[in-house]
Amino acid sequence: MIVETLEAHFDSLALDCGEVIAPVRVAYETYGELNAAKSNAILILHAFTGDAHAAGICPETGKPGWWESMIGPGKAFDTNEYFVICSNVLGGCSGTTGPSSINPETGKLYAMEFPLITIKDMVRLQKMLIDSMGIEKLLAVSGGSMGAMQALEWAVDYPEAVAASIPIAGTWRHSAQQIAFNEVGRQSIMADPEWNGGYYDEEKGPGRGLAVARMIGHITYMSDESMREKFGRRLREKEKFGFDFEIDFEVESYLRYRGKQFIGRFDANSYLYITKALDYFDISNGKASLAAAFEHTTARFLLISFTSDWLYPSYQSQEIVSALRSRNRDVAYVELASNYGHDAFLVDVGEQTEVVKGFLASTLKAISKGKS
Amino acid sequence: MIETELKRGPFVRELLGRSDYAIISELVAPGSRVLDLGCGDGALLAWLRENKDVDARGIEIDGAKVRRAIASGVSAYQGDIDKGLADYPGKAFDYVILSQTLQETHHPLKVLREMLRVGHHAVVAFPNFGHWQVRLAHLWTGRAPRTHLFPHRWYDSPNIHFLTVKDFEELVAQEGWKVETRICLASSHTIAAFHNFFSEMAVFLVKP
Repeated sequence: MIVETLEAHFDSLALDCGEVIAPVRVAYETYGELNAAKSNAILILHAFTGDAHAAGICPETGKPGWWESMIGPGKAFDTNEYFVICSNVLGGCSGTTGPSSINPETGKLYAMEFPLITIKDMVRLQKMLIDSMGIEKLLAVSGGSMGAMQALEWAVDYPEAVAASIPIAGTWRHSAQQIAFNEVGRQSIMADPEWNGGYYDEEKGPGRGLAVARMIGHITYMSDESMREKFGRRLREKEKFGFDFEIDFEVESYLRYRGKQFIGRFDANSYLYITKALDYFDISNGKASLAAAFEHTTARFLLISFTSDWLYPSYQSQEIVSALRSRNRDVAYVELASNYGHDAFLVDVGEQTEVVKGFLASTLKAISKGKS
Repeated sequence: MIETELKRGPFVRELLGRSDYAIISELVAPGSRVLDLGCGDGALLAWLRENKDVDARGIEIDGAKVRRAIASGVSAYQGDIDKGLADYPGKAFDYVILSQTLQETHHPLKVLREMLRVGHHAVVAFPNFGHWQVRLAHLWTGRAPRTHLFPHRWYDSPNIHFLTVKDFEELVAQEGWKVETRICLASSHTIAAFHNFFSEMAVFLVKP
């Protein structure tokens, strides 16, 4: 399946911080066919460093989508049945307006003049995209990690536009630990002299700082077990220690490789802006309680967490489930066993597929019976 | 699709291979809101959803079963029924079902009270420890009784609170609840007299 990234343009977007971005561009992809009633659309929401290319093969790079294992004919998000949409988030660097876009007022990159954004802002822009497609109600919204936050935000902000919400490996607000990891990543970027207060050449940029930030991120996405299995204490192309600060261990080599690879595809300022949006996220903001945040939701919910995910531990999903139950919302929840840590929602998809598939089928059935 | 009609009379059919399910399926009103505690892979709930158009929710502790339940379209939640009902507001359901699980809970009375707090009706099915074979097995062997109803050895049994039909009725009276329906069974026949002696299983519909 060869897919193309499309673009949508909007005049302006009002943000939570009070500022307005104008104009706004959204990069998105779609898979499958929208039916005549426009009732089979599913919006996929990507994680922190993801992009609109969720499935299929990109014609230029030949790369498969980041959730290729979940989206396609016969897969969890079955493109024979559903029309699947994925867009790059606001503040990103893969086609949607962000700090590396041109500021029309100055003719230069926004860089640090880009306003601070929130998860709510990201969702507001997605709603504009969905509206522009003439879709009144999404069959489902789903994503892992930051995608889970957007899936919650959708159900809370636009209850009339969502039949089902599937937040995977997520949380309802960033904890101190999660904020702490993000802050280390940001400091690493800002401590790189090449960052230059955010005003760097596209070609240069704070590569070292960004690579270290990514290395930290990667550690939090894996688990003790998965790292032990994948690397153990194995040495990299040597029989004994080098007694220097070159690479000794496989795990060092892997992290450096991941860090370096990341520089080529991600913008350091986007890293700063999006991690801030993650840290600001608290679905109960301005409400009396988490349960109160779900006061007006009408969607069915399916939450999934993973046993070895220590970045977004299961208890955080369980708190959401508990709050939904206290409002007597229709909610399903399962904790799947996996050794892959937070990354499980991307790489360990067998059981996740079974659950999501059944949940979507029953949602579709309920809608056709006129119950949703 | 499985035949739903139950003949009134001494003979009870099976639903999904179980006679308690057949009885429960008759007790539950169409279009109602149902919570099944210890719902397993959701087979009963999926059936009720399909055939009686109920709003089907379930709680199950075993993750693999929860997975299958959700896959079959049931809104199941992975959790412990000894703790799990506290989140629900009062009278959130028309029926709360507890089938073959009461004797496995740590705090049966607490679970029953919670069932009647969150539900208008409780449907409770349990194996009768007062059945004559259980009594005989205990008397003759001098050991923890093992029958086809209670096949486990004392050390590997999931059953931790044994109760009889009489025990349950006493508890209902003590708590001031009301038995709306009682169906006692031995194999596939209803028991008309000496319930506590002859029934292998009982299904109660109770309200506060």
